Amino acid sequence: MKLRLRIWRQSGADAKGRMVSYELDDVSEDASFLEMLDVLNERLIAEGEDPVAFDHDCREGICGACSLVIDGQPHGPQAATTTCQLHMRQFKDGDSIDVEPWRAGAFPVIKDLVVDRSAFDRIIQAGGYISAPTGTAPDAHAVPIPKQDADAAFSAAACIGCGACVAACPNGSGMLFMAAKMAHLGLVPQGQPERSTRVLGMVAAHDDAGFGGCTNVGECAAACPKEIGLDVIGQLNRDFRKAAIRAA
Amino acid sequence: MSIDYYREGEPVADTKAPAGPIEQRWEKRRFSGRLVNPANRRKLRVIVVGTGLAGASAAATLGELGYRVANYCFQDSARRAHSIAAQGGINAAKNYRNDGDSVHRLFYDTVKGGDFRSRESNVHRLAEVSTEIIDQCVAQGVPFAREYGGLLDNRSFGGAQVSRTFYARGQTGQQLLLGAYQALQRQVAAGTVDLHTRHEMLELIVADGKARGIVVRDLVTGAISTEIADAVVLATGGYGNVFFLSTNAKGCNVTASWRAHRKGAYFANPCYTQIHPTCIPQSGDHQSKLTLMSESLRNDGRVWVPLRKGDDRSPADIPEAERDYYLERRYPAFGNLVPRDIASRAAKVVCDEGRGVGPGGLGVYLDFADAIKRLGKPAVEAKYGNLFDMYERITGENPYERPMRIYPAVHYTMGGLWVDYDLSSNIPGLFVTGEANFSDHGANRLGASALMQGLSDGYFVLPNTISDYLADGPFAPLDEDHEAVVAARKEVDDRIAFFLGNDGDRTVDSFHRELGKIMWEYCGMERTDEGLRKAIGLIRDLKAEFYKRVKVTGTAGELNQQLEKAGRVADFFELGELMCIDALHRTESCGGHFRAESQTEDGEAKRDDEHFSYVAAWEWGEDEPVLHKEALVFEYVKPTQRSYK
Repeated sequence: MKLRLRIWRQSGADAKGRMVSYELDDVSEDASFLEMLDVLNERLIAEGEDPVAFDHDCREGICGACSLVIDGQPHGPQAATTTCQLHMRQFKDGDSIDVEPWRAGAFPVIKDLVVDRSAFDRIIQAGGYISAPTGTAPDAHAVPIPKQDADAAFSAAACIGCGACVAACPNGSGMLFMAAKMAHLGLVPQGQPERSTRVLGMVAAHDDAGFGGCTNVGECAAACPKEIGLDVIGQLNRDFRKAAIRAA
Repeated sequence: MSIDYYREGEPVADTKAPAGPIEQRWEKRRFSGRLVNPANRRKLRVIVVGTGLAGASAAATLGELGYRVANYCFQDSARRAHSIAAQGGINAAKNYRNDGDSVHRLFYDTVKGGDFRSRESNVHRLAEVSTEIIDQCVAQGVPFAREYGGLLDNRSFGGAQVSRTFYARGQTGQQLLLGAYQALQRQVAAGTVDLHTRHEMLELIVADGKARGIVVRDLVTGAISTEIADAVVLATGGYGNVFFLSTNAKGCNVTASWRAHRKGAYFANPCYTQIHPTCIPQSGDHQSKLTLMSESLRNDGRVWVPLRKGDDRSPADIPEAERDYYLERRYPAFGNLVPRDIASRAAKVVCDEGRGVGPGGLGVYLDFADAIKRLGKPAVEAKYGNLFDMYERITGENPYERPMRIYPAVHYTMGGLWVDYDLSSNIPGLFVTGEANFSDHGANRLGASALMQGLSDGYFVLPNTISDYLADGPFAPLDEDHEAVVAARKEVDDRIAFFLGNDGDRTVDSFHRELGKIMWEYCGMERTDEGLRKAIGLIRDLKAEFYKRVKVTGTAGELNQQLEKAGRVADFFELGELMCIDALHRTESCGGHFRAESQTEDGEAKRDDEHFSYVAAWEWGEDEPVLHKEALVFEYVKPTQRSYK
């Protein structure tokens, strides 16, 4: 298939970026979106131009590195699919496709389509864990966990930390990411002792990092490639109020 | 230059494994190793390179113990290391199923599964520690699959007759890694670990005979800097990407290990690579990586090809009588669950016979029709739903209605830097954990054992063994102008300057693809004397061409992904050659290493214990590598011809 791409090019963090057009002939519909960009980059290098920088690693939808806004949608048009798993058969011959980086105040652009998502790590550092130093654990069967809780915890823990939720949110909020981690840890008995300090710490780190507030728009859940739902945000708000009252 | 491309040196003298009954060795070593007083630990700095299971768990645990840790990864977040992609599960000898499992059985299965090319002492320790790993992960909140009574669920997995595999849907690696990542972030917040993301180790600093630091490049600014410490731990994963196409992440590379090898660390058994039988076949020349379908699928899927050559009917139109369920036919006892190496080679055999399916005849069917009939679609969906969805996204075919097509792909590398029982390389102060070392899997790794080994090394083994070394520290400070530091920095600077200054016309990827094809063709599922010699010649020619024609755009002082790749591919050339030399010298077949000249009458791998019951530890040599043999001793598991019939 033939495609016209318009890609955000920005040579560095402080440089001014712009959309640049490229024509591609002969794109295989079996190629993934990133493989299509590989083909473009091979051509650019051969022509002596700087190839398009983009983050990617596992290319099987689990590492969370890939991060493109495709035609205005984080990870593109296919539901529950990361950019690396999106295949060109989702597009038509002759399509024109816009490719941009995540855009959010807390995720500054480093180069082209690569952004800095280290703010997510800082949120985890502020309490997104259970304190269980190595060697201190009781037998794994000491505390049974109801299957429905374990399953729900897993579904929340399936978050890959890609940041599509932030890119989709008109406020640039990281609530879905943060709430998913809190839901995971809040659903298992091991996570209860730190539940209050966790929510207060993580929310403070989230706000410090420059993420916006949540106004229940719901774009985040629609964009999430792992289909994490808005219910986790409801639980976060409840936990936060409880903890804040207790702390006051 | 010798006819076999190498020369032989002194055998490896000592692996430091304690003597005595095997079940007491680890306890003995923990007691004989010296400890570091808690107050002194904060005076000791340890570098950990890599944040996968083996790296994050080690960095977090060392931080908890009070050491000052510097942890590096090339990814933008520690959470993205490739352990995250492991699907199937993690083994542990808990015997929660009461089905006859025990530490000894896990030990036995692992030694046998490795085709008697691993060290008994190491493997026994791994089996012992396995149970603690599950406890540790549950305490961290890892959401393993559970039963309705609230207890942990288990499944049987690749080549095991007991159910000892713990799992979290098809994303076990992700959940285990997030557990380790969160423990690591907790230490970052506590100030015991300095974490440097988007930094790549490009050189090891060895001063006065000790590993004392690393040279790193900041991948965002391009700045080169050094980090000096009392010990260096490499947890930098495997080298499967030498094949270009593999199930590894695109960034996985051998550079950290290879730089250490060039500084004197032995590289052991490089030819032992694992080709995973259940991957999605290639779709075209644009292919950038191969995707694994968890082998848990083989619990319910049946593998088959048409009985007749060139049968291009749609699978639904091929009646039962005209299908060959070749694994069930050849291996009635294990059927579709035979170990990975055997399943992969069997697929190659039927495809070589012209009975493969899909594009290029490079595929076999993995069929769930019987499972859907037996269990119902909802049950199959509950077990494998996410894998089926992934298959459909990639291929555009619905596996509920049409059998999956699968083909083997490079997945894991059992070889790696040589380590002793303490996980120390032969360079004092350089430790190696996880897939980056060679230690526990012999010539073939069993399913669900990689996660076990990574976490065993990082949480439980290394933190115990490294103290014996660090007890001699802190070592004398090393200045930036020490000759070893200056030389290491210069090597890095020179390499970068070379690539950017080279007046070439071919992309890095084009060379990498070509190297990968050579490796797959001649050092893949089946190896021969003639093929390997040819491959060595081809690799040398291509390497010369690479240095002449490679073209790297951009500058050193910026995010430059081509420059990153160029350095990695340069190291893959040298590794690829060593892999071929290792494969050439080992004229037996064992595990993942199949030499066509060494097979039984019915085409199974034939070991040669008389001549090859050793670890091949290779020392770097400018003209040719030097082979050091470490004899393998089997006191508890008697080597037999593996049989899964």
